[in-house]
Amino acid sequence: MAIIKGDFIDNLPKVYGMYTGGFIGFVLLMAIFEQMGMGSDTIGILFVAFTIAIYAGIGWMSRTMAVDAYYVAGRQVPAVFNGMATAADWMSGASFVAMAGGIYFGGHGYLAFVVGWTGGYILVASLMAPYLRKFGCYTVPDFIGTRYGGNLPRFFGVVILAVASFTYVTAQINATGTIASRALQIPFEVGVWFGLSGILLCSMLGGMRAVTWTQVAQYIVLIIAYLVPVFWMSNKQGFGLMPQFVYGDAVQRITELEAMYNMGSLEAVSGAKAGLKALTVPYAAAGNSWAFVTLVFCMMTGTASLPHILMRYFTTPSVKAARQSVAWSLMFIFLLYFTAPALATFTKLSILDPNLATGIIGKSIADVQALDWIQKWSNVGFLQIIDANKDGILQLNEFFMRGDIVVLATPEIAGLPYVISGLVAAGGMAAAMSTADGLLLAIANALSHDLYYKIIDPSADTKHRLIVARVLLLVIGAAAAFVASFQLTSILGAVAWAFDFAASGLFFPIVLGIWWKRANRQGAIAGMVLGFLTGTWYLYMIRWGGMDLWFGIDHLRFAIIGMPVSLAAMVIVSLMTPEPDAETQAMVDEIRIPTGETVLDSSH
Amino acid sequence: MSTDTSNRVEHWQRTKRLMFITLTIWFFFSFVVHWFANSLNAFTFLDFPFGFYMAAQGSEIAFVITLFWFVKAQHTIDRECGFAEED
Repeated sequence: MAIIKGDFIDNLPKVYGMYTGGFIGFVLLMAIFEQMGMGSDTIGILFVAFTIAIYAGIGWMSRTMAVDAYYVAGRQVPAVFNGMATAADWMSGASFVAMAGGIYFGGHGYLAFVVGWTGGYILVASLMAPYLRKFGCYTVPDFIGTRYGGNLPRFFGVVILAVASFTYVTAQINATGTIASRALQIPFEVGVWFGLSGILLCSMLGGMRAVTWTQVAQYIVLIIAYLVPVFWMSNKQGFGLMPQFVYGDAVQRITELEAMYNMGSLEAVSGAKAGLKALTVPYAAAGNSWAFVTLVFCMMTGTASLPHILMRYFTTPSVKAARQSVAWSLMFIFLLYFTAPALATFTKLSILDPNLATGIIGKSIADVQALDWIQKWSNVGFLQIIDANKDGILQLNEFFMRGDIVVLATPEIAGLPYVISGLVAAGGMAAAMSTADGLLLAIANALSHDLYYKIIDPSADTKHRLIVARVLLLVIGAAAAFVASFQLTSILGAVAWAFDFAASGLFFPIVLGIWWKRANRQGAIAGMVLGFLTGTWYLYMIRWGGMDLWFGIDHLRFAIIGMPVSLAAMVIVSLMTPEPDAETQAMVDEIRIPTGETVLDSSH
Repeated sequence: MSTDTSNRVEHWQRTKRLMFITLTIWFFFSFVVHWFANSLNAFTFLDFPFGFYMAAQGSEIAFVITLFWFVKAQHTIDRECGFAEED
């Protein structure tokens, strides 16, 4: 096995180069089949089935019974490939499907998510990832437990990790279910379980090693699926080869059109289905600065505290590679994130501008309702037209749609062939599956390594530990799919909450564990528990307890309340109690330099 | 460990300084620029309202460049203080 593995690592560029070529070949083959008259349903099914079969194949080939391969992929993932895997781990169904739609509706204010979800990587690289890599831990609670000593900090670390990641993973399984049910034409509840089995096929047998290599494959699919329609569309509409840099005119034109259509003075029309919205927010207006920067802050600190991201940097061969790999992750994420506003702008302009053939606002409602894509998406309840003033002309406030449409329906709005829609479905599936995989593995690893092995049964042998890890993966996956099938929360709300939970409880205990030697066990416990509980209490009170917002901090931003409490509690309690022993202080010195052995050895 | 203590002290001093510089740049592009987005929107850049541009692309480009620069700078510190890994 060792020989095959060595060869595989050496040949990574070749292997994934061939894979990318094969995938492009598959897309072209589907395009030919479409020309030959194959139905769009068949194409959609083939896209989803073919890509999932490949991921499952990679998962099967990466099966392992070695502890360090299962938990940290044998620590031999090169920086660039780990960057791709992290990007796929990071960009969820929400980023892929919902982000451009969010910008379409929310305009400038919504860009806080884009800024927050990129800038957080500066914190990851400068404050955390290289030091955690040197530490040699398998999980984030593994660091907290060893740095602060004792089972209690480890236990609280596991609890916060589980709450944050579980909140996030239900949203992802919900997204896989939505896409699978649409592409394969099965009921949503069945789609959820179908998505889960795909996810488990990737992670069950090979743990982190399998997840790493499937995530690289998923990144390649999702970035092709996101970029191809945008480039194609912009060429068709005459925006040139690199549309990302030249849509400034389009932004200004949208502002003019909004004034022309009297946005802001139109009355809200009621009667639309739940989840559908009309355009009400001016696209380029900056809005409330306080709301913007607080959201940016929560998303950034959350990025730096989410264990499924941090644990990706435990898999690199060196500390330097961990650092480089953060920069590559951001680069690969950036490719999608700086395209999303361009996509939102093109779609918005093509709907609003009466001079374009695709424009619908200001046209007669009868004509608009005759359009193919309007009919198709109205039929599934994603789009609605209500002629409130009965004049037969479509106004800005009479056109309702769901944000998801912006990415999913763009190929149809722009009149691209169906093969592109199939590609987009495969991309969305890849994005949701890769994030769900990383999250499920983060929870199952923390429970099996930290709770079962470190706290409950430290004498368990390797085989036993890895079987427990897999059983837990199955149980947690099933629980998440069960919760997801009720569709309790909106995808975006659940995602933002996960960031706030993680930032409230984990950010300062991790950062101060590295940067402040004086931080001790009592302080860390106080910081985790009080930060997490205060944040959660605030969320509960404003959401269900009827309390008024403090300083306009809403439920998406509750880490603004939890984090200062966490910091204050940790510093005050640490200073009131004895400093950590000499051994712990020496350990902190050791993680601050890249050279030398890791603090924890590979069989801990 | 045979490495002498003064190297460790110097290495950590310089690492801390790099961290503060990196986070200052980060703070500027994460918060300061967007706090003044309304005023910046009065200017245009590549035909974009400038505040909108910074949120949609400008800050993100700055983050990517900062991060690659940081990686290089930290490696220089590690090497000069004798703590760079062999690879």
